[in-house]
This record gives sequence, structure tokens and C-alpha cells, in this order.
Amino acid sequence: MKSTVLRRMCLLHILGILLSLVASDALAASPALTLTIDTRIAERWTEAKITPSKPATDAAWCRRVYLDVLGRIPTVEELRKFTGDRKPEKRERLVSRLLGDEYLEEYAVNWTTIWTNLLVGRTGGTTNDSLVSRPGMQQYLRRAFQKNKPLDVLMTELVTATGSCRPGDEDFNGAANFLADKLAENGVQATAKTAQIFLGTAVQCTQCHNHPFNEHQQNQFWELNAFFRQARIEPLAMEAGNNRRVARILDRDFAGEGGDPTKAEIYYELRNGKLKVGYPVFIDGTSLVSLYADRGEDFGDSGYVGDINRRQELAKMIRASDEFPRAMVNRIWGHFFGYGFTKPVDDIGPHNPPSHPELLEELAQNLRDTSFDGRELVRAILLSETYALSSEPNRSNLSDDPALGAKPLFSRFYIRQMQAEQLYASLLKATQAQETLAYDEQERTKQQWLAQFNTAFGNDENGEATSFNGSIPQVLMMMNGDLVKRATSADPGSFLAKVADSPKLTSADKIEYLYAAALARPPARNELAVCNQILAAHKGHVGAALQDVWWALLNSNEFILNH
Amino acid sequence: MNPFPIPRGMSRRHFLNHLAGAAAFTVPALSLTNSLALGAEKLKRSHKSAILLWMGGGPPTIDIWDLKPDAPTGGPLKPISTAGDVQICERLPLIAKQMDKLSVIRSMSTREADHDRGAYYMRTGYVPNPNVEHPSYGAVVAHEMEPVVKDLEIPPFVSIGGGSEGPGFLGMAYAPFQVDSSGNVRDLALPVEAQRMNGRVALLDAVESNFISSRKGGVAEEHAKVVRKAMSLLTSQQMAAFQVDKEPQAMREKYGATGFGRSCLLARRLVEAGVPFVEVDFGGWDLHQNCFDRLDQKLPEMDQAMGALVEDLAQRGLWNDTVVLWMGEFGRTPRINGDTGRDHYARAWSAAIGGGGLKGGLAVGATSADGSRVETEPYSAEDLMATVIQALGLSLDTTFTSTNGRPMKIAGGGKVIRDLFA
Repeated sequence: MKSTVLRRMCLLHILGILLSLVASDALAASPALTLTIDTRIAERWTEAKITPSKPATDAAWCRRVYLDVLGRIPTVEELRKFTGDRKPEKRERLVSRLLGDEYLEEYAVNWTTIWTNLLVGRTGGTTNDSLVSRPGMQQYLRRAFQKNKPLDVLMTELVTATGSCRPGDEDFNGAANFLADKLAENGVQATAKTAQIFLGTAVQCTQCHNHPFNEHQQNQFWELNAFFRQARIEPLAMEAGNNRRVARILDRDFAGEGGDPTKAEIYYELRNGKLKVGYPVFIDGTSLVSLYADRGEDFGDSGYVGDINRRQELAKMIRASDEFPRAMVNRIWGHFFGYGFTKPVDDIGPHNPPSHPELLEELAQNLRDTSFDGRELVRAILLSETYALSSEPNRSNLSDDPALGAKPLFSRFYIRQMQAEQLYASLLKATQAQETLAYDEQERTKQQWLAQFNTAFGNDENGEATSFNGSIPQVLMMMNGDLVKRATSADPGSFLAKVADSPKLTSADKIEYLYAAALARPPARNELAVCNQILAAHKGHVGAALQDVWWALLNSNEFILNH
Repeated sequence: MNPFPIPRGMSRRHFLNHLAGAAAFTVPALSLTNSLALGAEKLKRSHKSAILLWMGGGPPTIDIWDLKPDAPTGGPLKPISTAGDVQICERLPLIAKQMDKLSVIRSMSTREADHDRGAYYMRTGYVPNPNVEHPSYGAVVAHEMEPVVKDLEIPPFVSIGGGSEGPGFLGMAYAPFQVDSSGNVRDLALPVEAQRMNGRVALLDAVESNFISSRKGGVAEEHAKVVRKAMSLLTSQQMAAFQVDKEPQAMREKYGATGFGRSCLLARRLVEAGVPFVEVDFGGWDLHQNCFDRLDQKLPEMDQAMGALVEDLAQRGLWNDTVVLWMGEFGRTPRINGDTGRDHYARAWSAAIGGGGLKGGLAVGATSADGSRVETEPYSAEDLMATVIQALGLSLDTTFTSTNGRPMKIAGGGKVIRDLFA
């Protein structure tokens, strides 16, 4: 086994050297995984007879790395420190810094945001009927990412959590928030979301019928569901003056729908109205009965928590499955490249095959081999030539556009819109606002601002929508909203006032500074002409002119897009 | 809040002249002045409109439009006679008076009983497909009506109280414009006076254009299009249509002091102003528990608002120009579960439709004695959508080309429901 892996790595090395696209100096420093990525991706360009885009500029690369890793664009100082670095391996150094102690807090906050939205949605814990404590979820995740908790441990803690969702309670366990809104109706949502997030398997439609397009059958859904039937949600007494609901999750003996805990079965209805019986069976067909055959014929079907803790069994099986590392890799890849190997990222299977199956397998294997350390995968991605390609298409790769329904070839960096959270953090950082506020207070103001874009549908799937999607309300918010109004303020002490009053900078320098802060590039000639018109119109009142320039930059497509 | 960002002490005409005169900045591709040149005070009406009353969560139509009082699982609600040749729920006396104008389609039969999938299917006419995003009703109508609503400065697809489905491959310029039931549109006041604004817009246009030319369309271009739409809306007098609180007290009382009541009144104002597609979201129908107690609360709200809407549109002479469609993503089980609720059920359910010249007062199709099966010709999301498209006077021969190059028939190639056409 080991020797085949080695042989494969050797072959990849040779291939990599043969590929002129891979710069030789970067190669020496790149970890093997980075090379695997670039080699596999380049193979497909050759097959498709396309030439990738040219590499992105240092500044463009720097902007996207900050956005993708920390959830915000770099400050002018950070950008200039990087672009001004003349020593070799500067990209490796920046990636190490961003993934290291220096930025640990920001890194943890960003990935907490991403995972909170994934696990409980954007509206989880914000509506009156939600049992989620958003601060509880965030507290758990923030600590997990501060400690770089391996992904398998994270998954296990989330899937098996018991305890109170509310910070401050004696049995507080923030991880319990993942399932808090998902245990109603016998845990249909717990089943669907666990499969989607941790197995990359979209089974939710099979709760009602066999899926017409994929291999998942209705029984698979309900057999997976049987693992959640010991989990109970218990409402907690509300605090005075606060009508937010809270709850704790417990494991309790499950008597089965037939009332016999030694053989705790569930029933589900077929489309023709017939009832079928189900027991805990994992998606690969392994039943708890077969796992515990040595303890007696039906032991595995026991609903007694003392015999078998079904959620813990499930977590073990997820961890051991091929699907788990695949699902994690696909999601992380999708985060950095805008598209996963499948679309959507959480529905992988023969009915929806990945664009680069070998690479997905190799990265998944590597994730397992590195004890599920997500940060190593992130490092390999960030240092790849693939991630460093320009977002400008060339004549040959214009057709490589997953937005047009094509399978991604990753021959350029796909442009995508910033998330609302990224925009918010970027504006705050760029204008040095709120830096003195405590984490909790910052989080509260952020949630308030985000709430304007989110709608919860109030259905049993915790459905929701965001209007921060490039539509008119988002554009109006950027043009006229309070956040941008504050960001473009030139009041004493503000970011713009500091730039305007800086004695060392000429007007041209000041404009250039704003361009670096918003777009990570100098102004183009035709843009500079308009900037000068604006300066002239304000008759020497530089602060007002900078306000206009800053407003225009923040409202541009180039600012709101990750490119 | 004043929705017209006309600076203090300036008349609208004066303001417009100012904008037009601020041409020291010679980059007019994207400018506040573009939309203002039209100056249309009132739209000439040459098109039909549609209002979709979206019942998010999947309402139990067996308790609303197709009652089964004799079936063991028929529930406690009783049918009443109406102004049409159709019986409906006793909790809907006001709608009952308008039933000569509305028809019930009792033979809806679909396959998607998951909220997201069902909502997508019912609102686009297509089942979800990972490789293509289909446009929703509103986006299709907005796109097709574009040539006839040239003077419309406000968005052609407005969604009240919910997000609807997106514009899919038609692009963000046809996305639903989302407002709450009070018609509040956030962030309408320009941050600076018009002349200064044009300097900002000139620079914005330069940056946008440069970025688009290097990135070849796509999201970058979409953004510029949406910016242009937002600009036109910022200075439009037509935005007054959103001010539902300008309605006389009596009219507001008629629709009801409820979210759905205000939304329906707002929908009528928007249709009157020429908006071709308005969706009103009335959610909370996911009645897995205490179905009948909840219906006692929800149905009166629905009755008052929807009854008032139909009557009001008719009294204003808008009924034959306005298609009203009531539906959710699916119906609910004839079976009553252990929590006195009904679960998701797509195989047999009802929708209600009328206006735009469609026949009213009919019950189209029928279900079995217990409501579990459709016993006549079944109708799909595609068929329902085709019916609306036809009633709006749009061509069912329209074919779109999706972003992946595939031809897509309007309304998913559905067939119109013949009984509804004279």
C-alpha cells in the first residue's frame, strides 16, 4: 500500500517537472500535496486543450488569500508589506503567517462564521422559534479553530453532543447547537444535514420516495435516521425578561415505535402508503446488528443507551467512511476555488460525479493520513499554482466557466461575490472601525447588520434566503446604507480624515492609498482622470474628494467581488 | 421617510435639471440622468400583471379548497357554498363571495414533497438540477414583459415578505425586489446632493467598465446592470406605489391590519402602478402539529386579505388584467398524524386561480373520497405555469437558452388547463 503511494508520488514529481506551467523555484518549496493538486489539474487542461490564465499579480493573490483565509481584504500596510517583500518564498511566508499564531484570532473568527452558517444557517438562533444559541455555537467553534481541532473530532463532537446549548449553564456544550433545531419530527433534519455536511450525500428527498436520479433509497434515509432516535431535546426554563427559547440535548433509552427497547425499531411510510420497519444501518449497508453480532442476535438494535449509544456509533462509522474525508475536502476546495469538484458541494455520488475524481481521492486520503488536519489542506491549496491563477480569462479558457454549467477545470480563478460577512469585516478593517470593541459586542453589531438580508421561511427544514446576492437591495445598501455612510465619513478621527490630513502624502498618493485599500491596485489612467475632476470640483477640499472616490471604489464590482 | 431623495428646497424638475446639467463628468453610460429623462408620471397600461399568493410551508388544501367532510380523516372543518359553482372551507366567507371570479384546481399532482425542492419546482416549472438554475415565474414574466413596460422605473418583479426564487440564468437584473409587508424599501436616500453624486457615479462607471472589459462579462457585468436599475429607482416618482400607508384608512381596514393584509394591499398598488409580477409570501403553513387550531388563526387572515384583493381589483376594473394565483409548494396528507397535524403531501392537492380573463367559479378536477388520489387528469407545476403565461398574453412558444446552451421551454413545456379558458 505504502509503496504504491510512494510510486505514485514519484510519478507525480516527474510529471510536475515536465510541466512547464509549474515554476521550478516554487516547486522546491512546495509540499507534495501542492504538487499533486497542480499536476492533476494541469492534466485536464492538456486533455481539454486549453491554456490556463496567466498567474495573478502578487497584489491580486494577496487580496484573495486574506479574503479566503481571514474573511476580509488586506489593509494597505499588509498589502504593501507583502508586495514589497523581495525575498524568495514570500508566498509561503505569508501563508504561514495567516495560518499561524499572529492571525489566529481572526482566522478562528472567520472559520467560526463559515461553520456557524453551515451548521445552523444564517437565521439559526435569530428567530423566536429557534432553539439554537448562536453565541453558544460560535463559542464552541471559535475554540475549536483556535486549537486547530481535527475535523474528525469536530464532526464527532457535533454529531454526538449532549448538554445545554446555552453558554453559562453548568452542562453547557456549544456543539449541541448543531442539532438543536433538527430533532423535531423524529430528527428528519438531523439525518439530512448530517448526511449532507459530513458524508456529502443529499438524502433529504429520499425521506419521501426513492430518488429518481440517484442510488439513495428511501430505506437508507430512515435507517440513518434510526441513529438519532435516542437523542432528546429538552426545553429549558427561560430567563426573566428574555423570551428566547433554549434547550439541552440528552441521550435517552429509545423504546422503538413498537415499545420494546431491546429491539427498538422505527417505521416509515412508502409512497404507496405501506409501512416499513427500519433499524440503524449506515449508508454502506453496515448494520449495528452486524457490528455487535458477538453480543447476541439483536443486540445491535437495542435502544438502551447503556447497551449502545447510537449517535456515538454513527460518528465512528462516519469517521471510518470514505465519504467523510471526501465531503470535507470538497467543501474546503469549494471555499477556495468558488466551485467544488461537484455542484453542489454536498451531493457527491455516481449520479453527480466529481470533476477530478483522482484528485478528490488523493486529497481525501491525505486528509485522513494527516489526522484530519484541515489546515494542511488549506496550506497546500493556497500555495498551489492553480489557486494563484489570474481571474482574467484568455481566448482558450473562456469556456471553462462553471456558471455556464460546464464542469470546472480551474484554469483561472473564478470570480465570485463576497459574502455579506466578508464585506462587513473588510469595511471594518479598511476603515479601522470598531477596533476597540470587545468580541461579543462586535459580534452583536455584526448580527444586527446581517439580519437585514436574511429571511427564515419558518418551515421544518429551517429554510432561509439571503438578499445579499447581488440584487438591488444589496446595491442600495452599498450606495446609501449606514455602514457605507460611516465608512465614507470624513469626520475628525475617521479613516478618511487620517488619510486626508496625512502631511506626507500628495493628493495623488492619497488616491493611490484608497485604491490599494479597496482594490489592491493603483488607479488606471482613465480612472485617475475622473479622480482629478473630482478633486478639482471640490476646489482643494481633499477630504470631500476622497469621500467621493472612496464611495465609488466601495460600490464597484471590483470591490465586492473576490477575483 | 421621504422616498424621493430630492434635496431640500429643490423641486423635482429643478433636481432633474441639476442632474442633467452636471455633465462636467462625461461618463454617462451609468448615470442618474438616464432614467429621469423619461419623466413618465403615470404608466400607460398595455399589459397584464400577475399576483402570486405564495403559501410557504405547504397548506393543507384538503381543509381549504377540497374538503372531505365525510372521510374519517377529513378534519373538523366544513364546506360552504360560494358565489361560484364550488364549495370551500367555512372559515373563508369573504373569499366565498368572490368565488364567481376564482376557480379551484383540485387535481394538482406533483412529486416534490421537500420544501426547498417543492418550492423551486412550483415556482420555476422545473425540478432542481445542479447544472442549471431556472428562472422563477416572476423573472420569466419580468423578462418577457420588458419590451412593454419600458416606462417602468421600479423593478418589474417585486416580492413582498419573502425572497421568492431567483432569476436563474436570466440574471440578477430580473431578481425579485424584496420588500416587507409595509412596503419599506431601505436605503433610498442619496448620501450626497445630486451634483456631487454624479462625480461619484462617473468614477464608479469607469472602475466598473474597466473591470468588465478585463473579466469579460459574467458577474461583473451583472453588477453594473443591477447598479443601473438601482439608480433608476432612486429618483423615481413611481416609488410612491410602495407607500401602502397612503391608502385610506377604510381600505386598509378592508384588507385587514395583518401582515398578509398589508401585503395584498401593496400588491394591488404595485399592479396598479404597472408592475407585471408581484409575489406575496404568506408562510407558516407547515402544520405538522395542531393543524386545526392553527388554521383557525390563519384562515381568517387569509380570507380577509384575499377576499379584499379580489373584490378591490374587480372594482377598479383591473380584474381582467390581473391573474391571481394561490398556491404553496405542495399540499398536506389526508392522514392526520399523532400531533393532530398533517405532513407533506404532493400527490393530490389544490391551487386557486382567477383573473386575467380566466374562467371563475369552477372546480377543475377531483380527488378520491378521502383526498389521497387525483381521479381526473392530473395537473403539474408546468401546466399551472403555462396557464398563467397564456392568461398573461405571453407566448408559450417562447424558448430560452440557458447558460449551458440548452433550450428551455417557457413554463417547462407545460400544457394549459383548458377548462379555465373560455
